[in-house]
Amino acid sequence: MSSFPKALIAIALAALAGSVLAQDKYPGIGRDATAREVAAWDIDVRPDFKGLPAGSGSATKGQDVWEAKCAHCHGVFGESNEVFAPLIGGTTAKDIETGRVANLSRTDYPGRTTIMKVATVSTLWDYINRAMPWNNPKTLTTEEVYAVTAYLLSLANVVPDNFVLSDKNIADVQKRMPNRNGMTARHAMWPGNELGGVAKPDTANVRCMKDCATEPKVASLLPDFARNAHGNLADQNRLIGPQRGADTTRPERKAGTVIAQAPVEAPKPAPDGAKAAQALLAKHACTACHGIDRKIVGPAFTDIAKKHGDKVDYLAGRIKAGSAGVWGPIPMPAQSLPDADARAIAVWIAKGAAK
Amino acid sequence: MTQDNVMPGRVHKAPENFLDPQGIRTVLAQAREGRRSFIRQAFAAAAAGIAAPVALAEGNPIPSEGGDPNILKLPEHSTGLGQGVATDGYGKPSKYESNIQRRQSPGLTQTTQASVSFAPLQSLFGIVTPSGLHFERHHQGWWDVDPSKHRLMINGMVKAAKVFTLDEIMRLPSVSRFHFIECGANTAVEWGNVAVPTVQYTHGMISCSEFTGVPLITLLELAGADLKKGKFVLAEGADGSSMTRTIPMSQITSGEVIVAFGQNGEMLRPENGYPLRLVVPGIQGVSWVKYLRRIEVGDMPWAAKDEAVHYIDLMPDGSHRQYTNIQEIKSVVTTPSGGQVLLDKGFYNISGLAWSGRGKVKQVDVSVDGGRNWRPARLETPVLSKALTRFNIDWVWDGKPAIVQSRAVDETGHVQPTYRQLRGLRGTRSIYHNNAIQSWLVSESGEVKNVQLS
Repeated sequence: MSSFPKALIAIALAALAGSVLAQDKYPGIGRDATAREVAAWDIDVRPDFKGLPAGSGSATKGQDVWEAKCAHCHGVFGESNEVFAPLIGGTTAKDIETGRVANLSRTDYPGRTTIMKVATVSTLWDYINRAMPWNNPKTLTTEEVYAVTAYLLSLANVVPDNFVLSDKNIADVQKRMPNRNGMTARHAMWPGNELGGVAKPDTANVRCMKDCATEPKVASLLPDFARNAHGNLADQNRLIGPQRGADTTRPERKAGTVIAQAPVEAPKPAPDGAKAAQALLAKHACTACHGIDRKIVGPAFTDIAKKHGDKVDYLAGRIKAGSAGVWGPIPMPAQSLPDADARAIAVWIAKGAAK
Repeated sequence: MTQDNVMPGRVHKAPENFLDPQGIRTVLAQAREGRRSFIRQAFAAAAAGIAAPVALAEGNPIPSEGGDPNILKLPEHSTGLGQGVATDGYGKPSKYESNIQRRQSPGLTQTTQASVSFAPLQSLFGIVTPSGLHFERHHQGWWDVDPSKHRLMINGMVKAAKVFTLDEIMRLPSVSRFHFIECGANTAVEWGNVAVPTVQYTHGMISCSEFTGVPLITLLELAGADLKKGKFVLAEGADGSSMTRTIPMSQITSGEVIVAFGQNGEMLRPENGYPLRLVVPGIQGVSWVKYLRRIEVGDMPWAAKDEAVHYIDLMPDGSHRQYTNIQEIKSVVTTPSGGQVLLDKGFYNISGLAWSGRGKVKQVDVSVDGGRNWRPARLETPVLSKALTRFNIDWVWDGKPAIVQSRAVDETGHVQPTYRQLRGLRGTRSIYHNNAIQSWLVSESGEVKNVQLS
């Protein structure tokens, strides 16, 4: 500080004076946060590990936590593509050496896992800590977050199977992240100049108006058999105006036919019971794993209705206690919801799980 | 991924990550065989031929009894008593408008809580998105947060960490501004090939609202933030995902970043972050943190999950562009658009939307011959910076195949790219920031199809 030129100090003081004025401008607005309040919310961990709490956790313990709380979405080895994109896979020992994941430059490689993309180990720790498990975020202990991070890294061979990850050795682990050298900020899409980007956008189309060099050849369009894949488009457009939605339940109409001005039908309301049941499904996060008419992790409710229709007691019991081995390899954990809600959901399923 | 549950022509299990390779191959093969040459021939013939005289409108014929019964026979609403005021304390759209809904794209995600719903752009007018039709993107489900219990904290490189209640924030001087919000993954499924049928699914992760709130700089000054060394700001949400994103201080000191509570004259909708969200004009939606609970001032970026694992743009050499925040110049024709059927030959008003994260839209040109010739469209007022701009242009459809496109230019002179240009630079696997020119094929039947040109 003593070596600072006087002019700079004067500028700094002037800036300080300015901010004092700003604070005086709005008396009675806001108050100082307490240290406890800041500690409760300031949970972010930066790439330089600022914000990382002291502690440690082993990959071995991480595996136990993983199997209890994470595997039903991500698979036992972080490989599952059932609910979310896979976390682990696609990296090699060579990548750990170079810091660039070779498979990312292959156009024939089928997917991109988290470990293939992420350059910073802090990102994994921070995100697991703030947002996992999916339906119960921010409930892992600091040790569990270290342990789960260690387990994931061990699956990708970034650390050995018996590794204990801690605030002391995490900077060394960063040096082995497979894609640590894979990011660039050399582009024009960051709004300031803080990251050393470029000013000029990469694309440079020109505004040609007449006889422009182009070949109006259709290279890609939806095939006929995908015509109705997004539902009937006639139901997704306004019933009045210059166009109608195409009736995609039928083949394309013939050229030259005129659309008749048919009277518009009023919509049908959903049955009340279905609405109430669906509110419960949302409330208790059932729809994280079950679709009404679509399998997600667990079976579709309509499929359960077909298999166990009219068995209300059985269904209510299974909702509460969890279930394994009936619908596939992924078990459903026990659910903590009121008995009355479990029963209401069971009744709705038994009646056929109507939308 | 097993093959039997793949429905080609749409994207399967793609939480912003995977286009199913088998599906892409099937679609491409279908497109190459037959259909491509058929359409090429049909279109070449149309371009070469002389435009046939346009037939008279047949959609509104005179009935044999000498008049339209809708005119001759007075309807009930002309001869009876209508309903009273405040029948519905919060009015709803006409029952005849029930098709206009935000929708999920089937198979795109496996959960509804980490998912997307698309705004029905094909049915919207002007530049404002009705709040109930605003697109949604949730990372861990939405909540209706009690505003009396919501707090905003400001900490980090500040003189004193501060806590604000909603009451306090709403007492401060506020501004109201129109801005678009576009997901960085809007049009993502179309990078490699045509994957979805309508503009709702190709471009529906954009909306535009009038937002009301307090400039973030006001709150930072209240906390005595170090605006020199604190080059970056972290915004954090209060929901399960506690979404975090890095924002440059230079954008905040410009005054354009707003801590918003208002949207289109009322409070934010819960799905859009009630009671508080960040508004970061021109920047992809993921930075507009919902349920905003904390702002931290710091001296380096945070590499949060949604800027280190997602929202990064894969380049052909296997590197990823990180911190790609700006939504570049883009436009799309919304009427006519994919999945619609024109009523008949004759006059149409081609209409669409244009926007740029770098400022105002300066010009939009429209082509009906697949990009060979272009005509300047009318820009409707208001034309606002980093907001949607509506454009219109007259068109008489002769009943022959036509390929309709729009191409926008922003005030920096940046011209919207073609697919060929974009793929030439970034490949086909970039996922985010697809701002290529969209093509709609109007076939002789009047049906409009989503196509990509060679």
